[in-house]
Amino acid sequence: MTTDVIEQDSHDEHHDDHKMQGIKRWLYTTNHKDIGTLYLWFAFIMFLTGGALAMVIRAELFQPGLQIVEPDFFNQLTTVHGLIMVFGAIMPAFTGFANWMIPMMIGAPDMALPRMNNWSFWILPFAFAILLSTFFMESGAPNFGWTFYAPLSTTYSNGSTAFFVFAVHIMGISSIMGAINIVVTIMNMRAPGMTYMKMPLFVWTFFITAYLLIAVMPILAGVVTMLLTDTYFGTSFFNAAGGGDPVLFQHIFWFFGHPEVYIMILPAFGIVSTIIPAFSRKKLFGYSSMVYATSSIALLSFIVWAHHMFTTGMPLFGELFFMYCTMLIAVPTGVKVFNWVATMWRGSMSFETPMLFSIAFVILFTIGGFSGLMLALTPADFQYHDTYFVVAHFHYVLVTGSLFSIYAGAYFWLPKWTGNMYNESLGKWHFWCSLISVNLLFFPMHFLGLAGMPRRIPDYALQFADFNKWVSIGGFAFGLSQLIFLAVVIKCIRGGEKAPAKPWDGAEGLEWTVASPAPYHTFSTPPKIED
Amino acid sequence: MTTKEYESYYVPSQSHWPIVGAVALFLIAVGAGNYVSTLKSEEGGFGGYILLAGFCLIIYMLYGWFSNVINESMSGKYSHQMDNSFRQGMSWFIFSEVMFFAAFFGALFYARTLSVPWLGGADNNAMTGAVLWPEFVSVWPLLTTPDGTETTKMGWYGLPLINTILLLTSSITAHLAHSALEKDNRKMLKIWLGLTILLGLVFLFLQVVEYMHGYSEEMKLYLTSGIYGTTFYMLTGFHGMHVTLGTIMLIVVFLRVLKGHFTPTNAFAFEAASWYWHFVDVVWVILFVFVYIV
Repeated sequence: MTTDVIEQDSHDEHHDDHKMQGIKRWLYTTNHKDIGTLYLWFAFIMFLTGGALAMVIRAELFQPGLQIVEPDFFNQLTTVHGLIMVFGAIMPAFTGFANWMIPMMIGAPDMALPRMNNWSFWILPFAFAILLSTFFMESGAPNFGWTFYAPLSTTYSNGSTAFFVFAVHIMGISSIMGAINIVVTIMNMRAPGMTYMKMPLFVWTFFITAYLLIAVMPILAGVVTMLLTDTYFGTSFFNAAGGGDPVLFQHIFWFFGHPEVYIMILPAFGIVSTIIPAFSRKKLFGYSSMVYATSSIALLSFIVWAHHMFTTGMPLFGELFFMYCTMLIAVPTGVKVFNWVATMWRGSMSFETPMLFSIAFVILFTIGGFSGLMLALTPADFQYHDTYFVVAHFHYVLVTGSLFSIYAGAYFWLPKWTGNMYNESLGKWHFWCSLISVNLLFFPMHFLGLAGMPRRIPDYALQFADFNKWVSIGGFAFGLSQLIFLAVVIKCIRGGEKAPAKPWDGAEGLEWTVASPAPYHTFSTPPKIED
Repeated sequence: MTTKEYESYYVPSQSHWPIVGAVALFLIAVGAGNYVSTLKSEEGGFGGYILLAGFCLIIYMLYGWFSNVINESMSGKYSHQMDNSFRQGMSWFIFSEVMFFAAFFGALFYARTLSVPWLGGADNNAMTGAVLWPEFVSVWPLLTTPDGTETTKMGWYGLPLINTILLLTSSITAHLAHSALEKDNRKMLKIWLGLTILLGLVFLFLQVVEYMHGYSEEMKLYLTSGIYGTTFYMLTGFHGMHVTLGTIMLIVVFLRVLKGHFTPTNAFAFEAASWYWHFVDVVWVILFVFVYIV
């Protein structure tokens, strides 16, 4: 692939470039790069918001007994922390990457449906404004956990449930529109010659993720609607006295929820699969097996949901079926980890910040994967269920997995986005502080869980005190470390060493053939893809 | 289709419609949230007004946005590739609607095959039945709930059967309208399309009659009548909402046909509306089988 800088469009006079200035540029924009930037900033603000809630949670759990918050408020904190991190931080951050990078990677002029793209972003801040406003309502914020199980969310819910439901509806609409845009862009807008199996793996993972989103976000809309009518209109979906079943809630929720878990990790695979080859200066090992593994994980994600519900008293056949299917997922995931390691094997490796985050991703995500395998064992899960072991598991997958990949990707493409190199030593500080503190934060949670400490409680038995103290210290340190990232980004936007079109010598892909920062419009004429 | 494989792809300049739509959705969510939360309180809330404002704004937004798109389309700014984007976008939107209905059908099948029999003591749940509601008998449709609410079954003959015939016919007329458009026979296009809309409206009217019948003193079939009433009204209700939306789409398309829009090769909006119409029709057939007959 050619490395010449194509300075197209930057001097393209005929192009319809009505870029307004000030706030209107951002409110009315149809440009995929603007919208990508909006998504990324929104995700980071939400990440800090959700993180602030987590700091209060860890402060309360610093020592046994009730010190800072009331138990009910503690429940509100854990609920909103989860909702914000899942729907407000991780998912929008990935959509931001998709917006910025997919059109550039496939040689398209923009996303396929640019106005709808704007709409899918701008409804998100409103949705989270509604969700966060519930903190200031008389009844308080939702307090039933981010999984909002019935009957906690129906019979025993507080007065803000309706606002929660409609906020989730808007988030769902946003995700569905965003996903339709991604799918259509990839199917319809690839440059001539870019066949499916020539697409960067990054594009593949977002393609598959978008399918998952279109398939399961409507299920989430359905389940919150049932919850709404059960709570306010007297229907009996989750009410045994009327012939329904509270466990039905869990089935529908997790039929959405398990694919949702992969929605938050498959794009991470794509980012890491882009970065590891670049800094190993080798091609990605086993490209096509990566595509097939990602597809298999996506398909399997639809038939494993009830492993979240082993303790609900399912028939034995159900327990076994969901156990084996879940363990099957380890196979394609193992293929991926093997391929990443094989890509690094005998590579000419260097360790810039994106690579450090990617290597940490491979190791720590694998730890999260292994604890997932332990949880998949039905008999063992009876012990682990709803303990801190589960909390440790999904934070390894989501924080050192998804979040670390987002950081890796952000450092990797910051030069392309801003036109400046980020400060490498600050980046390394961010990495090492995060790496040490995140393990201090989440690793002892495994032991707490195995010893039987339940999740979602504001107080605990004395024997858990030492571990919790260390976990809280790790938590505060991790929270503070993220401010380094904010400093890196602001410094990078304001100036720094000018970035060449391709700052990483091992990187591949069309996005490196345009100047840094990427011109406002790229590939108005599709590039020619050579073999 | 032009001879060039890749025409330039039209990237619209900045637009204020999406942000208007975002504010509209915000008003709808806040209004609906407040309205629903204050249903049971005595003083009531202000939510209804906000909700109404939200709906007005979103209608205004849809009108403005679609006018914009139609003008662009009529002035020939769209390429073949753009047309493809719209088509694929609409297909995936319909797929997401299919999944939405899947959640509710899933709830229906779960209740029928698992939760109701389990409440009656099936499988290893003998004690559930014996301890909680020993009098409860597991049958479908569940006309007497575990806590003793009684109701009656909505039969499939009569109105539902007529409605099935109406909707199936409307799918055929929609198809005939499409064929007429392809042959550029404007007169038959108007007749078949008008007939489709008429059939849709009659369907909706009869659905309202059926609901009034259900809510009458003799049938006592309410949304609150246990899982049978719940699944009956939620499934037919969401289907009815989708028929309403489909009818509105068809009416808009009809008005555009009257204005002389659409050619045999450029009729995306027409086809999108007709796909949507076939989709609500298929949902009804499944619904008719599993909610009314079996």
